[in-house]
Amino acid sequence: MNNPEFSISRRSFIKVTAAAGGGLLLGFSSANAAASISGLNEALSFNPFILISPDGSITIYSPNPEVGQGVKTAMPMIVAEELDADWSKVKVEQAPLDGKKYQRQVAGGSGSLKASWATLRQAGATVRMMMLAAAAQKWQVSVDSLRTENSQVLGNNQKASYAELASEAVKQAVPTKVILKKPSEFRLLGKSIANVDNKDIFTGKAIYGIDIKKPGMKYAVVARPPGFGQIPDKINDAAAKAIPGVFGVYPFDDKIAVVAVDTWTALKARKALDVSWIQKTPPENTAQHDKWLTDLLTQKPAKAFRADGDAETAFSQVDKIIEASFSCPFLPHNAMEPMNFFADVKEGSAELIGPSQTPQRSQTKVAEILGLPVEAVTVQMTRMGGGFGRRLSSDFAEEAAKISRLAKSPVKVQWTREDDMAGGVYRPACKYTYRAAIDKNGDFLGFHVRGAGLNVGNPTRENNFPAGAIQHLLIEGHNKESNVTTGPWRAPVHNFVAFAEQCFLDEVAFDLKKDPIDFRMNLLDKAASNPVGKLDYDVNRFKKTMQLVRTVSGWDKKKEGVFMGFSAYFSFSSYVAMVAEVVLENNKPVIRKVYCAADCGIIVNRSGAENQIVGGIIDGLGHAQFGNIDIKDGKSQQSNFDTYRMIKINESFPVEVHFVENEIDPTGLGEPALPPAAAAVANAFFAATGNRIYNQPFTEAKKNLG
Amino acid sequence: MAAITLNVNGKKRKLDIDPEMPLLWALRDSVGLTGTKYGCGIGQCGACTVLVEGEPMRSCALPVSVFDGKKIVTIEGLSESGDHPVQQAWQEVDVPQCGYCQAGQIMTTVALLDKNPSPSDADIDVALAGNICRCGTYNRIRKAVHIAAQKAR
Repeated sequence: MNNPEFSISRRSFIKVTAAAGGGLLLGFSSANAAASISGLNEALSFNPFILISPDGSITIYSPNPEVGQGVKTAMPMIVAEELDADWSKVKVEQAPLDGKKYQRQVAGGSGSLKASWATLRQAGATVRMMMLAAAAQKWQVSVDSLRTENSQVLGNNQKASYAELASEAVKQAVPTKVILKKPSEFRLLGKSIANVDNKDIFTGKAIYGIDIKKPGMKYAVVARPPGFGQIPDKINDAAAKAIPGVFGVYPFDDKIAVVAVDTWTALKARKALDVSWIQKTPPENTAQHDKWLTDLLTQKPAKAFRADGDAETAFSQVDKIIEASFSCPFLPHNAMEPMNFFADVKEGSAELIGPSQTPQRSQTKVAEILGLPVEAVTVQMTRMGGGFGRRLSSDFAEEAAKISRLAKSPVKVQWTREDDMAGGVYRPACKYTYRAAIDKNGDFLGFHVRGAGLNVGNPTRENNFPAGAIQHLLIEGHNKESNVTTGPWRAPVHNFVAFAEQCFLDEVAFDLKKDPIDFRMNLLDKAASNPVGKLDYDVNRFKKTMQLVRTVSGWDKKKEGVFMGFSAYFSFSSYVAMVAEVVLENNKPVIRKVYCAADCGIIVNRSGAENQIVGGIIDGLGHAQFGNIDIKDGKSQQSNFDTYRMIKINESFPVEVHFVENEIDPTGLGEPALPPAAAAVANAFFAATGNRIYNQPFTEAKKNLG
Repeated sequence: MAAITLNVNGKKRKLDIDPEMPLLWALRDSVGLTGTKYGCGIGQCGACTVLVEGEPMRSCALPVSVFDGKKIVTIEGLSESGDHPVQQAWQEVDVPQCGYCQAGQIMTTVALLDKNPSPSDADIDVALAGNICRCGTYNRIRKAVHIAAQKAR
């Protein structure tokens, strides 16, 4: 057998064509090189997603950053499905950041599958059709007599592998009309496929940003303001610089970088820095934040985000008003991999490598900072040890570029857990008042939400159910500026609005003596038959999801000693409904089990989808029960896992997941299961104890339950 | 600096190293084994768990000097080809999401099963309560521990 040598640098020509509709770049190249086992001279790139190598293997490039949401498995599965590739032999690689070849290379908004579904299918189907055309030409038969399966074209008692056909296939005209499979023809999608990086993860070979090591690389840590609103005043770096292995100390922005031979030396030197910090803006504290937000809840006018009918008049005329207020604290992201980034800034160019949910933003920002054209800055995506919204920012990448420029060296900047947890970019602290106007017939006539949050922008999700079903509705809010920095946190705003809303609807249903599911179903029927204003959600999909969880949880059967709570929520284009079961142990409510039904359209990877839902629910309950950041004298009182409580395995609980099976284009699941989880449990706690929980974390309220 | 010999995954590594450097950073920066992860630096999250003479230990908080001559096993040294029963079980259940904490979860499980070949749910809770996973993969971890126990028997 010949050695399958090939050279990708010796390209004789490259053809670029735009495929119909998808805007795909289609190119291939060839070179004079030794013959290979497949007859290919070199790897053929059919399009930015598909590469066929001389050894016959098919590589599929996954375009989006992998943050734990599973796209590195799911996105290539979609390509492989339409390509009819043999998944067991497909290699998956992270694609480079390239805005010309790929769209929306972002891990955020649960949007990867939804945004790229059509493109990924087309990428696979286009190449499949070219394979068919090549085989038809070779065997002098019609394409219609041929079919594809497991990376092969079959028919007419003949078969050929894609690898064998590749060199002829790339010469075929790019089909102007791509035939996609019917969902009923899917062989791979909907199955449980294991994460493509599992083996590397289980053997310690998976490379996260924190694991990057490059020749000549130095290690940097940064002394950051210990409190919000602080800047350095006097810096004495003599002791730090005296430590062997320290290369330099570089003040920049409101921080000081220490660059050393390894992480530990950098950390030691940072400790040896003598810095006095001064307050640039007044130090804040949680009690003050509480007062600001409480005052704002009574302040009119607020900014109206949605107004249907005349809520003010409706509330002034009804017999009964049900009212409840809710509050949530700042939350850190606590991705298990603390922030980090590698940068190598040279004259006229910069190379960055690291974990980023928005690599393109990092590229643009770094180019801006360095005064370089965007093309001169490369950003390589690494697998991420979680993001949860924190890695949507680019501050850590910008910081690495600045330090590399100052140190004139490639550097990896490492944040400690304390830097990460105490440094802000928190889920905004918010308060809400929910009100329902009930007329004398017991009808839900008016709905009013007023929110207030710190650096939250719009604290509401104004188009949420029951909007559309209520005649008189006002959703309004206040934003208050704070020097505590905030940012998006898994299912931004939804993550607490869902709790407040779904607990409140439970309270209204209870007051009206209606079954909580029937109560919502009736409102949905109203929204369908007589919609008020814009409807964001699909009534039938919402109802089906609720009905499914009602059935699988045995909601209508009384279980001895088991108390149930319900919630249902639509976010990021997916529908989720839950029933939580609670039992009393020593008179305290304990979560026994959560049932979840979800409609995310076509299920791409069943294992991945289930994992996201279960994880979202456990993560949601962890933060709802225990998560809290207190600010005192401008400083976070929690800075590591000794003072910040995360949910543990012994506090986890069984979760049973069911999907609404349909043939609707898929939507994401990285976020949608988290928002409604805490409400289902709080509503079950109420069923068990008669006490409602209005505030997060639950830890304080739970002491009084039972 | 001090001359310290680490016995990692059956190989002796002679290091001229700050004896106060935590084992974690010695493994990652000096030995070049990055499978052991940094999560908190204070022994509270379990991401840095390695086996020392068969015992699970948090490598982030103890100085490298303590480990001179001790037998250390990291995730990279668990098996030749990634087929340790715990690794197999993790694959079968498809445990990870982001995967970052899993090296620590796996090493802790290996130590648990070594002492207790048929752990109950309560035993698993005790052994793994110090390993944080923000993705919330605990239910799959529990399932995988039971499967690994069966495989190892």
